Amino acid sequence: MSELKEKILAIMEKNSKVSVEDLAVLLGDTEDNVSRAIYEMEQDKIICGYHTLINWNKVNNEKVIAMIEVRVTPQRGQGFDRIAERIYNFSEVNSVYLISGGFDLMVMLEGKTLQEVAMFVSDKLSPLDSVLSTATHFVLKKYKEHGTIFVSQSPRERMLITP
Amino acid sequence: MKNMLAERTVGIKPSGIRKFFDLVSEMDDPDVISLGVGEPDFDTPWHIREEGIYSLERGRTFYTSNSGLKDLRNEICNYLKRMYQVEYNPDTEVMVTVGGSEAIDIGLRAVLNPGDEVIIPQPSYVSYEPCTILAGGKPVILELQEKNEFRLTKEELLAAITPKTKVLILPFPNNPTGSVLRREDLEDIAEVCIEKDILVMSDEIYSELTYGAKHVTIASLPGMRERTILINGFSKAYAMTGWRLGYTCAPHVILEQMLKIHQFAIMCAPTTSQYAAVSALKNGDKDVEEMRISYNQRRRFLVHTFRKMGLKCFEPFGAFYVFPSIKELGMTSDEFAMELLNREKVAVVPGTAFGDCGEGFLRISYAYSLDELKHATDRIARFVAEIRKEKGLI
Repeated sequence: MSELKEKILAIMEKNSKVSVEDLAVLLGDTEDNVSRAIYEMEQDKIICGYHTLINWNKVNNEKVIAMIEVRVTPQRGQGFDRIAERIYNFSEVNSVYLISGGFDLMVMLEGKTLQEVAMFVSDKLSPLDSVLSTATHFVLKKYKEHGTIFVSQSPRERMLITP
Repeated sequence: MKNMLAERTVGIKPSGIRKFFDLVSEMDDPDVISLGVGEPDFDTPWHIREEGIYSLERGRTFYTSNSGLKDLRNEICNYLKRMYQVEYNPDTEVMVTVGGSEAIDIGLRAVLNPGDEVIIPQPSYVSYEPCTILAGGKPVILELQEKNEFRLTKEELLAAITPKTKVLILPFPNNPTGSVLRREDLEDIAEVCIEKDILVMSDEIYSELTYGAKHVTIASLPGMRERTILINGFSKAYAMTGWRLGYTCAPHVILEQMLKIHQFAIMCAPTTSQYAAVSALKNGDKDVEEMRISYNQRRRFLVHTFRKMGLKCFEPFGAFYVFPSIKELGMTSDEFAMELLNREKVAVVPGTAFGDCGEGFLRISYAYSLDELKHATDRIARFVAEIRKEKGLI
């Protein structure tokens, strides 16, 4: 990948709202080159979306987030991909990772209530043929996500003028 | 008592920055945005802070040897060799100091005899001149030129040298101009220093923050190591200003005299900071790289923005300052900074705080987030447009 693309990604990963004009200034390149690079990365599905990082704790909108460890039997010729696909196709599921260690898939999902999440596990996930076992963990508090700290921090105490 | 104070000290002008600092503090207005800070906006990387905490937990709360922890001196030497291809003996040629500032002071005190002249290129950091005077030397101000992008040239240096010249201060990458010296500039200067037998005090505190070619230390040029007092530290590169930790390297004959002053005046640099600094040098390269990338983006943003305002702004390749010119607005730096503060509540430091030849310039720091810079430069742009209108400059 071109150096320009890597630099664009480094900035956009932290700020997807950054404008093409600003990117060109920050990286010392032309707006044409920058917008072409972004277009290409969108086409290549390197850039897969522009989401917003929200601290839902601050919104009166109760959400339950669960992390589910899933042990599965890999299938001949397909490895874990087939079973992962069956799981990630559920719209309730936010992310699925193949994990090394004591279990195989880490499934993260969001529901409105504990009940809703529990029902998903017992009705949809556990009955799948290749699933051997699940262990559901509910998130109590988010401290940091995508490199951003969610808990409030004390303000900086830099002096206003120093040599 | 009749003669309570030392004349030499009384004769020293208070720092021009101080005046402005008092003004801004008096306003005590939360709406004031400052671009006047000479220290990084980043927190010290966590692994460094953690090492400091750990040293406290372990009860490492005693003095270290005068010259600093052996481990730290070793790491400093490894670092200088790895980064700048210059070798020092950790046992006899390196000393850990309380910031780069201490090294400037004791370095000058170690080498100056009464009447010895010290060439100080300006605009530059505020302490070279007073430290020279306090050490009994005579400051000779060399005014750097905008047309050379505030680089020191061989011709300027030659013109400033007299038979009494003992030391040249070499403050690059430069605060406040952001100017850097290239290898060929340094080679020219080295040639003069060797021929005229002059010592160099090279203050390289911003050496990690260059945005074009990598920093070159004059000590690495042939014949220069033996006549150079190299000063560096942790404040700017690792965002560790409050830890008060710097270091200096010099030939043993000079360093042992500096060490004497340090030993009697300071004893040793803070122990906690020294332990933390070992981690900075061992594991900090990645942090520095990340900060440098960020500074570089902000630097481009500011140069672009000031030029868009129609102000002359040369592209600086070091430190974290831009130095735009406001000469065409027909105001002094002081007037501009005061008016800007009063009308738009943006604090910047007038170039004159760094020497008379800073007149007509402003030091704008980019040790701020991009959002803060945008906010502040929007206000500056509005102010500049207003001034142009009032003065009929459009």
